[in-house]
Amino acid sequence: MTEIFDTILQGVLLGGLYALFAAGLALIFGVMRLVNLAHGDLIVLAAYLILLLANALHLGVILGFLLALPLMFAAGYLLQAGLLNRVVGDDILAPLLTTFGLSIILQNAMLTGFSADSRRLTTDGIETASLPLFNGVAIGIMPLLTFLAAVGVIIALNQLFYRTALGRAFRAVSDDPVTARLMGIDDRQLFAIAMGIALAVCTVAALFFGLRANFDPTIGPGRLIFAFEAVIIGGLGSLWGTLAGGIILGVAQTIGASINPEWQLLAGHLAFLVVLATAPRGLFPRAVD
Amino acid sequence: MAMTNPAAPRFAVRTRTRASTIAAIGSAALILVLAALPLFAGRSVTQNLFFILTMLSLAQFWNLLAGYSGLISVGQQAFVGLGAYLLFAWTILGGVDPVLAIVLSGLVAALIALPTSFLVFRLKGAYFAVGTWVVAEVFRLVLAQVKILGGGTGTALPKEVTNDSALVAWIAQATGVRAAVARGMVDYWLALILAIGAIALVYGLLRSRRGLALAAIRDNEAASGSVGVDAVAMKRLVYVVSALGAGMTGALIYLDKARISPDAAFSLIDWTAFVFFIVIIGGIATIEGPIVGVLVFWLIQDELSSFGSVYLMLLGALAIVIMLFFPKGLWGTLADRFDFHLFPIRRRLEFTDRDGEL
Repeated sequence: MTEIFDTILQGVLLGGLYALFAAGLALIFGVMRLVNLAHGDLIVLAAYLILLLANALHLGVILGFLLALPLMFAAGYLLQAGLLNRVVGDDILAPLLTTFGLSIILQNAMLTGFSADSRRLTTDGIETASLPLFNGVAIGIMPLLTFLAAVGVIIALNQLFYRTALGRAFRAVSDDPVTARLMGIDDRQLFAIAMGIALAVCTVAALFFGLRANFDPTIGPGRLIFAFEAVIIGGLGSLWGTLAGGIILGVAQTIGASINPEWQLLAGHLAFLVVLATAPRGLFPRAVD
Repeated sequence: MAMTNPAAPRFAVRTRTRASTIAAIGSAALILVLAALPLFAGRSVTQNLFFILTMLSLAQFWNLLAGYSGLISVGQQAFVGLGAYLLFAWTILGGVDPVLAIVLSGLVAALIALPTSFLVFRLKGAYFAVGTWVVAEVFRLVLAQVKILGGGTGTALPKEVTNDSALVAWIAQATGVRAAVARGMVDYWLALILAIGAIALVYGLLRSRRGLALAAIRDNEAASGSVGVDAVAMKRLVYVVSALGAGMTGALIYLDKARISPDAAFSLIDWTAFVFFIVIIGGIATIEGPIVGVLVFWLIQDELSSFGSVYLMLLGALAIVIMLFFPKGLWGTLADRFDFHLFPIRRRLEFTDRDGEL
């Protein structure tokens, strides 16, 4: 019994990480209907950036992360303003192809720059610390912090969307870009800010991911798929739904892995397909499309 | 009988153009040359052409899906890999002749695509794209669990399958070459038949009533429904036909390679990214585009693939530049400017005299 409880608890906490992966993807889709196929690679890029700042400048992981945040925001802003704003619109081929090309460029640039060796972010032992609960069930400090970070990011994004002028502008552009422009909103500028915020969220995801597991330049697409599955399971347009989607994906994966370690990924994908078959709009849908 | 004014102009709807008539004659001559090629050209020529022809088949089927039907898939490696694994299953486990096994593998891949379509069609637009990718991952992970076909590390085709098949033995006897050489010739001819078949199938489909229905769906899905086009059924047909094509091509590619592993057979880069690139650079939603694209791709690959990751970065960047500045690709841009179509599918209204002549 405790074993089952432990498996589910670890799965829920893993879901926090997937919600962090998914939040940026959901944000971009919500504001500009863009599915960014390079999303996973941008998370990996952020992880390398933290590693680079932490090691090369001897800043440590936390300072490295704090410095990486504004840098990734700027990278997102420039990426959107310089490239992706040219392809967002009704046609879905151009944005898909452009972000797919970007994904291949990023993966191979990172392979060239950082080699194929797997790397990891390290601190002074916090990543192995754990809180004992009862009956030998323990909860890792890092997974717990990851989960709390996911909740924190979602609260912050919801506050931004529903309590600020910027958020109001985001919602206006999302609902009706033409009318929003008539009201004096510069939608292209907003898209650039949204991409900047999304990449800042990617940096948070990268911090916790890099402390939890090894990463190398080729793992981006896998992270994109987890983010995508969490978004679809949760239902489009709802950030809390994304957290629920991440948790369902995480629990399915840990249950699969507890039966046979090779089934971890397969179990997650099957949970996604079951939700798709039974509730195609996700479990907590808000948006119409 | 209704009154007709003899002076009134008459009309005819035509798809054929003078260029297309010349192209048809030229294609027939080219096919004859290509078919006779293994008898006098070296092994390296047929190997290069095998690569070009199989990639061309994949590109035609992906173009049918993405270009003509708006179903942008980044998961066609699902059916390439499935076809490849089915070929190994039919030949190793079932003892079926490899040529028959290619056809059977394609048919089973199409059969599996039918229920799959009910799942992925629940996702729209860009989400459909990522959904097809998840399906490919599921197939890869499932086949990595099939221990009898090598599991995660893969397996090889035994020599009895590759060199001793009926067709290879017959060719070897007829031409007096070694079995290994005859095998290369057979694979090449099969690739040629598959590529011609792919073009003929896609072209035939687009010239038929179903092609008109597809164009109507692409232009306005809601309006096409009002004139009786069942958009979902049409898209499902295209999805299943594309899976059939990708499955047969995958089976042939891995019959030639004779060695399979889940990571290679379900490779996103090899079977989707390169195909994407071929269609975009040549011109999406044209029959000629993939032909031009695959030749350009082969030239670039031949020159630069030894540079590894820099080569892939260059391909990615080139695809983005083409998308931004020449979204119709090389062929599409030229065809628009000069109104030149080798495989015309557009119906044109033309004035004729009383006998229906131009």
